[in-house]
Amino acid sequence: METYALLKLIWTGILGVLFIGLGTMVGMDMGVGTLLRFVGRNDGERRTALNIIGPHWDGNQVWFILGGGAIFAAFPTLYGTSFSVFYVVMILLLFSMILRPVAFEYRSKADSRHWRASWDVTFLISGFVPMFVYGAAFGNILEGVGYHFTWTGQYVQDESFLSYLINPFAILCGLMSVALSVQQGGAMLMLRSENPIYGRARAYGSLGGFVAAALFVIGGFWIAHVPGFVLTSLSDPAMPANPLHGQTAAIRPGAWLGNYYAHPVLWLLPVLGTVCMVGEALLLRANRPALGWWLGVGAWAGTITTVGAAMFPFLMPSTTAPDQSITVWNGTGSLYGLSCMLVVAVIFVPIILSYTSWCYHVMRGRVRVQDVMNDSHSY
Amino acid sequence: MDFINPQVVDLSRLQFALTALYHFMFVPLTLGLTFMLAAMETVYVVTGRKIYRDMAQFWGKLFGINFAIGVATGLTMEFEFGTNWSMYSHFFGDMFGTPLAIEGLMAFFMESTFVGLMFFGWDRLSKPGHLAITYLVALGSNLSALWILIANAGMNVPEGAHFDADTMRMQFDSFVHVVFSQDAQAKFVHTSVAGYVAASMFVMGISAFYLLRGQHRELAARSFRMAALFGIISSVAVITLGDVLGRMDYEKQPTKIAAIEGLWHTTKPPYEPWILAALPDDEKQVNHFEINIPYVLTPLITHSFNQPVIGMYELEEQAGPRIRSGIIALTALRRYGETHDKADLNLFNAHQDDMGFGFLATRHAPNQDVTNIPADQLDAVVKQTQPDILPNVFVTFWSFRFMVFLGGYFFAIFAVAALLSLKNRLEANPWLLKATMWSIPLPILATEFGWITAEAGRQPWTVFNKLPTFLSASGHSTGYMVFSLAGFALLYSVFIAAELYLMFRFARLGPEEHGTHHDETDALLSHFHGSHA
Repeated sequence: METYALLKLIWTGILGVLFIGLGTMVGMDMGVGTLLRFVGRNDGERRTALNIIGPHWDGNQVWFILGGGAIFAAFPTLYGTSFSVFYVVMILLLFSMILRPVAFEYRSKADSRHWRASWDVTFLISGFVPMFVYGAAFGNILEGVGYHFTWTGQYVQDESFLSYLINPFAILCGLMSVALSVQQGGAMLMLRSENPIYGRARAYGSLGGFVAAALFVIGGFWIAHVPGFVLTSLSDPAMPANPLHGQTAAIRPGAWLGNYYAHPVLWLLPVLGTVCMVGEALLLRANRPALGWWLGVGAWAGTITTVGAAMFPFLMPSTTAPDQSITVWNGTGSLYGLSCMLVVAVIFVPIILSYTSWCYHVMRGRVRVQDVMNDSHSY
Repeated sequence: MDFINPQVVDLSRLQFALTALYHFMFVPLTLGLTFMLAAMETVYVVTGRKIYRDMAQFWGKLFGINFAIGVATGLTMEFEFGTNWSMYSHFFGDMFGTPLAIEGLMAFFMESTFVGLMFFGWDRLSKPGHLAITYLVALGSNLSALWILIANAGMNVPEGAHFDADTMRMQFDSFVHVVFSQDAQAKFVHTSVAGYVAASMFVMGISAFYLLRGQHRELAARSFRMAALFGIISSVAVITLGDVLGRMDYEKQPTKIAAIEGLWHTTKPPYEPWILAALPDDEKQVNHFEINIPYVLTPLITHSFNQPVIGMYELEEQAGPRIRSGIIALTALRRYGETHDKADLNLFNAHQDDMGFGFLATRHAPNQDVTNIPADQLDAVVKQTQPDILPNVFVTFWSFRFMVFLGGYFFAIFAVAALLSLKNRLEANPWLLKATMWSIPLPILATEFGWITAEAGRQPWTVFNKLPTFLSASGHSTGYMVFSLAGFALLYSVFIAAELYLMFRFARLGPEEHGTHHDETDALLSHFHGSHA
């Protein structure tokens, strides 16, 4: 296989890893945010829950920023087009995301009850909304988006955003993503808290796992009836990346399952996802949060790879101009750009993973309510 | 084809400018404060004196309040290129996205991961261990600025990428050119050091507040001295690198330098004056009144006594042939996209350096289509496009001057402050303490003017001489833009209110002191209080 085609595949894989990292790490913090008002019934308990992820949320959030940066560099046309066609949703995502850093830093710095209660609501919004949008966006992309390109490479939107936003399949995907984040947040809270936070996190976290598994299975049956996309011709996988030339595509009912029928081994991916979701829920119930947390990574990996395997090679199919759908073959950066970024990623990703783990190691151990209340550095 | 809606382009620009300027109110403090925190902690680790730990923790708390908004508003920036500048992202993302992604991998991950340990790890790490973490945070935030400014330099001086007719975009071709671009390096030092100036003024100003009230005197006096010394070095560096950047603009962005200096006509060295103040009129293309300093301009800009600076009138004239050539380039390019005929590609290649000027004509071409201009209308289209190559002179001219005047003021006030602080005569000169206190916002204002100078002066391009701004924007509806602008305005106003409330609250509250030794304080300060002297 030609180097360029191989690089396109490698970067698609890296994109998947980023989505999994984002789901796991950012999702965990978002889950804690969503659960904050439910696992903490008073100020001390809520502060304890916040300080459990306090030293880590900022680092975790970089997965989200890096996701944006990597799509920009490795899939520039996808970056410009997808963020623009989902404008209103993306802006809502940003609004809710940017509330969070401020909420962390400011919530406990003033004593007024109204001040703190307002920031607690902010945590709920900034935990729930981004995860919902994250899942719903995947749902929308599976259904296809109405856009085409002019000869200069500028996209033109053919459908209003309302048709993306209000749609049952996307809502199902959004809720599933929220459920996964609640499960992962619950596991993290259990790892570092004591009762009563521990017990509540256990209840919500395992519930999240069961709900996610149920929605995932329903989504799987649903997708069999959603019109999918299939690539009908491709001039060359190593072709210059330009959505205007080189491929044709068609819309067919159930086409998203085509890859699964062609390669039955792929069925292992949704099985892995479902087993991990149910397994994590059971492990949380059995008071094994550490192992449960790692199964949560498997749950995200199973989900993202299931969607990826269904769509491959599509990244964002177009309903109004299927031939111009953005795919792995026409949506990437140049050979030089992808090579360059690969070298950088190979150097830095292991470094990032090692210092991140080290930070978790340094801050290990349970966070107690009285310690938080007495420490002037805590959130 | 969909027509460009100038209103949406303007609103997109307004949103980008407001969110970038807002983000940049918090970044300079982060850049400088991290290093000052590291310096304070270094003294603590080396000497073991608790007062320096108190200092690091106190300024660290104020740093945290500022840092949160910097992070939050930075999120917007990373995604706004995609949400609002789709054509730009498609056209330039292959190169521009790379430094942004590297920023995440190399710098922002490090800064954000370790900042948690910096705040929470005081009791969990050894003294040198925590110090190392603080240095990593400082290094991370400054490396982050480096990569962002490398990306920004790419917009201003697009090197390390070439246009490719098959993918219809600029393709990245030289990592070395992008990273070691002179513009990027000079911009990085100029901007990060401007951040050190802002942090120095911040620490000095709040310390001055305590000294004026006679509170926390030891911590305040030590912080003040450290900040004054850091500030004087930084303000010299800002001015030096600013001069380098001016020279760079002269070579690479002639329209920007002409607008900055309000030069409508090419200069005739060596007698050319530097315009201290004027009222540039963009419509009539004249300066209404001028206050001049004779002889200064030529050596200032060109670093020589005999080289001319090309004026805007001449630049407009020179643009005429380039617009014509650019229209040929685009016509050939479009045909090549349909036919893949080598002859069309060759014709395009012959004219491709001027392609951006062809894009610029889009607004004036019939049906906004530069590839189908009737021969009898071509001259008119070119004529109408010519003035479009200039940025807004009034804005560029004055934002530059505000920045420069403020820079001069900072140098002066740091020099006096350092001198009086070293002579232990601060409390005898309350006017200086008051001046520094009231000057806290000024360096931030100066960096904002710097951004406006650089980016308003870059207009009408997003990628200089390659892609016009009005073609770069996503084709949203006005309604979308009003929605997002209103949301940002509301959220960001709440943020600034909350941040100012907390800043004032914690600055008034002052540090928790554990290590104050009153004898030392007296030695440091009491020179002028007769009872102690």
